[in-house]
Amino acid sequence: MGMTMTQKILAAHAGLDSVEAGQLISAKLDIVLGNDITTPVAVNEFNKAGFTEVFDKDRVAIVLDHFVPNKDIKAAEQSKTCRDFACTHCVSHFYDVGKMGIEHALLPEQGVVTAGDCIIGADSHTCTYGALGAFSTGVGSTDMAAGMATGTAWFKVPSAIRFNLTGKLSADCSGKDVILTIIGMIGVDGALYKSMEFVGKGVHTLSMDDRLCICNMAIEAGAKNGIFPVDDVTLAYLDGRSERMPVVYEADADALYEQQIDIDLSQIVPTVSCPHLPENTRPAAELGGVKIDQVVIGSCTNGRMEDMEIAYQTLRGKKIADGVRCIIIPATMKIYKECVEKGYVSAFIDAGAVVSTPTCGPCLGGYMGILAAGEVCIATTNRNFVGRMGHVDSKVYLASPATAAASALTGYITAPQEVQS
Amino acid sequence: MNTQGKVFKYPDNVDTDVIIPARYLNTPDAAELALHCMEDIDTDFVKQVQPGDVMVAGWNFGCGSSREHAPLVIKTCKTGCVIAKSFARIFYRNAINIGLPILECEQAAEEIAAGDQVKVDFDTGVIADLTTGKTYQARPFPPFIQNIIAKGGLLASLKED
Repeated sequence: MGMTMTQKILAAHAGLDSVEAGQLISAKLDIVLGNDITTPVAVNEFNKAGFTEVFDKDRVAIVLDHFVPNKDIKAAEQSKTCRDFACTHCVSHFYDVGKMGIEHALLPEQGVVTAGDCIIGADSHTCTYGALGAFSTGVGSTDMAAGMATGTAWFKVPSAIRFNLTGKLSADCSGKDVILTIIGMIGVDGALYKSMEFVGKGVHTLSMDDRLCICNMAIEAGAKNGIFPVDDVTLAYLDGRSERMPVVYEADADALYEQQIDIDLSQIVPTVSCPHLPENTRPAAELGGVKIDQVVIGSCTNGRMEDMEIAYQTLRGKKIADGVRCIIIPATMKIYKECVEKGYVSAFIDAGAVVSTPTCGPCLGGYMGILAAGEVCIATTNRNFVGRMGHVDSKVYLASPATAAASALTGYITAPQEVQS
Repeated sequence: MNTQGKVFKYPDNVDTDVIIPARYLNTPDAAELALHCMEDIDTDFVKQVQPGDVMVAGWNFGCGSSREHAPLVIKTCKTGCVIAKSFARIFYRNAINIGLPILECEQAAEEIAAGDQVKVDFDTGVIADLTTGKTYQARPFPPFIQNIIAKGGLLASLKED
């Protein structure tokens, strides 16, 4: 029996010729990741268990991104715990304020993760790196602690759903519309415990930023991981960036999939997830009556350069609607700097938006854009659960950067085409 | 091992943001965090929960973020166990790793009502609703996971190996 791409990577990291769905394995890890919320819990577990050394100082990544620059004293203490641990153990991939970015934009950008890797991260959106052709999945802090100590983790080998992509996206759509459409089709537990493997002739039409966004939200369908095959787009992205040699794995021709779902990219329309679950999707064009108070463009899902470019194309020379707060957060310092150098930041400010240094802040209701009771936000983030961005009676609609920026101009949920001049 | 207590009933897709909202995650202190357990969908839970009480929920319990704080606050509230139709995978893993008993049983999760008294035997997976007199059989853990639980969690099992 053939293996899926995910199974191939897991078998190689477990030192086995083959694995099958349901099998329990122990796999070697290429990178173990944590952030300023999950790392302090892991540090506590690591120390409590009596470990004194990390397995490899070059294979641990700690990124301060959720509450930095620190929002309050408690957050500062958590950052300090991470900083002290990183210093004690000489963690080479430690990213503090000034170097940091939102972890899932930062690690691919910096070449810390690469094709063929087996990665765990104490953050659910660790599944993002599947875009590079890696097996990458979110875990908790105890798994992070164990991973840092031993360089291994146990996994139950997942089965997979094969998404066969054909066609090409229309100009007003991006990776976000693809993944929201898929979550709308299969539901928030539609891929529970499974891999989502994206294949087909449509793959090569998707940019790396589109793929990173699609894999990022695999967890919102309950998936263990999302993964793309390695092609010219991947290799061009990794070239000159990847710290380690990429290793290319391919699914076997006779790999067993639980299900195949065909997606014609040309049929995707700008899509919005309505409160309070990512599966509550509707075409943006049908939601024109929904008035908004706030727009957030950023996050590990949509804070990359292409997202900033879309926001710039939409907002330049225009004005944010009265009564709307528009918050734009480039996901890494590199992207932030590029936005400054290209004049995007000036254009955003002239339009009436604010631009923050990288942070997860508003996405998880941490700070930097918290909603009051009754307020409505359209955001390029990844979750619209009850209370996710603030008060329990606030609402979050999830959308692409194009739809969010268009909505910022009108004050209502607006499909991108409606504001194109 | 077993637990007995009153049932708190919750719907499908209970996410980690309502189990413990991120606005409180500026501390890793479990006792402080536990004061806010479930508050965005059930402000009475923390006031009413007694040691050994049982959460019963629908599909995909614990979906969303990877925060281990979620099973940790449920455990810190001295909840005896969580029974659900299914669990989100990271929550499932975290619960095992920190030693919060969880059981998957679709029929029990469907039929057991809020306020019922239930008794749960973790060794056999038998769930008894003492209020209705009905019993249910939960799916047992695979031996690999039973070993982690028996040794007191993931790190304890690693130390022993």
